[in-house]
Amino acid sequence: MATTEPRVLTTVSGVASAGDAPPARPMVAVRSLDAYFGANRAVKDVSLEFPEGQVTAIIGPSGCGKSTLLRCINRMHETVSLARVEGEVFLDGRDIYARDVNPIEVRKQIGMVFQRPTPFPTMSIRDNVIAGFRAAGRGAPSRAEQFEIAEWALQRAALWDEVKDRLHESALALSGGQQQRLCIARALATRPRVLLLDEPTASLDPISTQKVEELVYELRGDITIVIVTHNMQQAARVSDHTAFMLLGDLVEMAPTSRMFTSPGDERTEAYITGRFG
Amino acid sequence: MSARAPRRSVRVRRARSAVMVGLTVAAAVLATLPLIFILALLIKQGASSLNWAFFTGMPKPVGETGGGMANAMAGTAMLIGIAAAIGLPVGIGAGLYLAEHRNGRLAWVVRFLSDVLNGLPSIVVGIFAWQFLVRPVKQFSALAGGIALAVMMIPLVTRATEEMIKLVPDSLREAALALGYPRWRTSLTVVLRTALPGIVTGALVAIARIAGETAPLLFTAFGNQFWSTSLTQPISALPLQIFSYAISPYEEWHSLAWAGALVLLALVLVISLIARFVTRSRFGHGHD
Amino acid sequence: MADPSATPDFFLRTLLASPSLHGASIGDRIYRVTTTAFALSIPLLLVLLAIEVMVAAWPALRQFHFGFVTSTEWNVVDGVFGAAPAIYGTIVSSVLALLIATPLAIGVAIFLAEFAPPWLRQPVAFLVDLLAAIPSVVYGLWGVFVLVPFLREKLMPFIADRLHLGDTPLFSGPAYGPSMLAAGLILAIMVLPYISSVTREVLMAVPRSQREAALALGATRWEMIWGAVLPYASSGVMGGIILGLGRALGETMAVTMVIGNRHEISASLFSPGYTMASQIANEFAEATNDLHLSALMAVGAVLLFITLLVNMLARWLVWRVQRQERA
Repeated sequence: MATTEPRVLTTVSGVASAGDAPPARPMVAVRSLDAYFGANRAVKDVSLEFPEGQVTAIIGPSGCGKSTLLRCINRMHETVSLARVEGEVFLDGRDIYARDVNPIEVRKQIGMVFQRPTPFPTMSIRDNVIAGFRAAGRGAPSRAEQFEIAEWALQRAALWDEVKDRLHESALALSGGQQQRLCIARALATRPRVLLLDEPTASLDPISTQKVEELVYELRGDITIVIVTHNMQQAARVSDHTAFMLLGDLVEMAPTSRMFTSPGDERTEAYITGRFG
Repeated sequence: MSARAPRRSVRVRRARSAVMVGLTVAAAVLATLPLIFILALLIKQGASSLNWAFFTGMPKPVGETGGGMANAMAGTAMLIGIAAAIGLPVGIGAGLYLAEHRNGRLAWVVRFLSDVLNGLPSIVVGIFAWQFLVRPVKQFSALAGGIALAVMMIPLVTRATEEMIKLVPDSLREAALALGYPRWRTSLTVVLRTALPGIVTGALVAIARIAGETAPLLFTAFGNQFWSTSLTQPISALPLQIFSYAISPYEEWHSLAWAGALVLLALVLVISLIARFVTRSRFGHGHD
Repeated sequence: MADPSATPDFFLRTLLASPSLHGASIGDRIYRVTTTAFALSIPLLLVLLAIEVMVAAWPALRQFHFGFVTSTEWNVVDGVFGAAPAIYGTIVSSVLALLIATPLAIGVAIFLAEFAPPWLRQPVAFLVDLLAAIPSVVYGLWGVFVLVPFLREKLMPFIADRLHLGDTPLFSGPAYGPSMLAAGLILAIMVLPYISSVTREVLMAVPRSQREAALALGATRWEMIWGAVLPYASSGVMGGIILGLGRALGETMAVTMVIGNRHEISASLFSPGYTMASQIANEFAEATNDLHLSALMAVGAVLLFITLLVNMLARWLVWRVQRQERA
């Protein structure tokens, strides 16, 4: 619905402009969250908010718990054996860790894209895009509607022109960058309210990376995006807010422009200036 | 460092090495010879007694020439069908469990016992099936034979399924879960579906293996000179028929045994070849 | 479509529906219960199998105690049953098979893993694997009509008369044909592919550095294999041999057809014998009285027990190698 509105934000050039973004209500709010792998506490008492319609980047050295934090937002963390979560995560005001919440329903409302492209190898390109509706049960769109949605999602993922003539081919026939955009289209097709990106460009070449970054920039406004990246330039290019994590702690979170010019914590400064193991 | 070693010793060592290499070549030749002998003889003896009647005809009494094994072939097909109907779901289900509980204690026990079951002599499976299924009802039956074969099939299918599912990247499972797929749907429509060609191969290998089994059928399916497709009646099978003809004193029956052996081996080889073919096209581009 | 970026109707239609976070996952529960039940069926099946065989074997075992495995008398009419000849025959035929098959199998495996040119590797490996695909009853057929006559007419006279070994206990007695020797030979062919494929896999898993170190010290190719590769792979090779032993112990049809089925212990490989599996296969259908049946079941129980032990030993050895590799 909002796709045709004019963009409030400035263009994708150079330094992020997001510091000036208007204040927004939180779409996702994390309250004193602890995440464990067995006895190992990977995320330590983290609280932060992800504003609606904006892009928030989580950065930090590998092993700092940023991916784990991300996976707590759609209850994916608990799918690993021995993994455990304590604390609260609110999606649009509702606690998704409440007793009567079904994690499957949470995941339907939050899209996720992983480090490596994960197209389903046994499905065609189009069936990959609409794969999310297979689990929708009652209230799923009709087959014709699904095809319409597939085109819409592929358009938004800037992939339509490249695949419109071969929607029936295997998704494995696509290049790595195309596969990753296909996965973004797949995540968008069910129209989630939040999109989680877990180092989405880590396995891509520079040109594909740029396309994905442009895409993330395009999507803001419509959808709340959380992107985990180890690439600080990427965080600076695409995000409105940046959170810095270290050894499971949230060190600080600030508007991106301020984070990269005048960080509040000396550890953040050490990290972004590259003085960090 | 060997430059200063005495020349003769080097030559002796080289010669010894060459001899040993030659011996391994000889071993390879010797190991493949029986196979070639058996295959050649089977084709020679079997082909001469193979004709159309062999496939369509029924066994004839001693003294009459001709006759076929139509009932035995139908019996083998039926026994394989029963075994697959029981063995495939149980084996695939257990394989799914093992793949999803990689380090669980029950998974460890099941994995180990599945290997143990796989190593059990087929004759022991046969007497077990007799004691459990035939003795109480005092009736040999196709069902008992099929179940005995299923017992042999389950561990093969279980481990093949587990191995193939392990090859499916975990990221695919995660992607499906993140889309809001329930676990069962993730396992069946994404993970199992992706591993399917490999599992089909494993299932075919298991079928090829049980198709030639005789010992589990001796006291269960028992054999039958007549046409039968009843689950509760004794039924014939190619290996049973070959066995009883081979140990008979009659010349005509011997040649029928050869023909039967050729057909049985051809069946086993064709299934094995299909299994290979399925694996080869594993990552072909599927159309939905 | 007019405006490709327009929001699909479906979303406009469902805009007001507030998505719920609730819902049950009955499907998952069914799935978990089902797969667990299938997994549990394997241990249950094995326990059931052991119980059924033991229950059926119990009358004979209770009557004869340890005498069942030590006595050589097997008299259906008098109801006296001792399985020693079958146990002896099983062990002798299997050991004979391993003695013949092991050097050959290791030779083939070394050839395939180390020396064979790439174009030859696949076909030869395929042929050897094919040996494992031939049904037991087909081996038996070949044994009855080719191997046994060959032994009777060529090999046995040759060993006894030309090599003048006829007076030694191992090769004494008349050359009937069906014999322990025939069983050992046919079992050797049947277990060879098992030993060779395990050995080949283990050899291929030996790290390159191990070979290169030996070659760098000036070893010949054989010295490298003998001194550096085989010791490294030895426990895996041992696992393969014991796996082959497990197969040989339980092999039924081919052995039944060539061993001669005589309930006797004889030192000579030329004389007929019995194995546990072939005794069951041969007598079970004709066993009419309960004690005879129970005695055959008891033979099955002993076979079950021995193969369980052997298989566990083999698995343990192979697992040890795998763990070592991972470490």
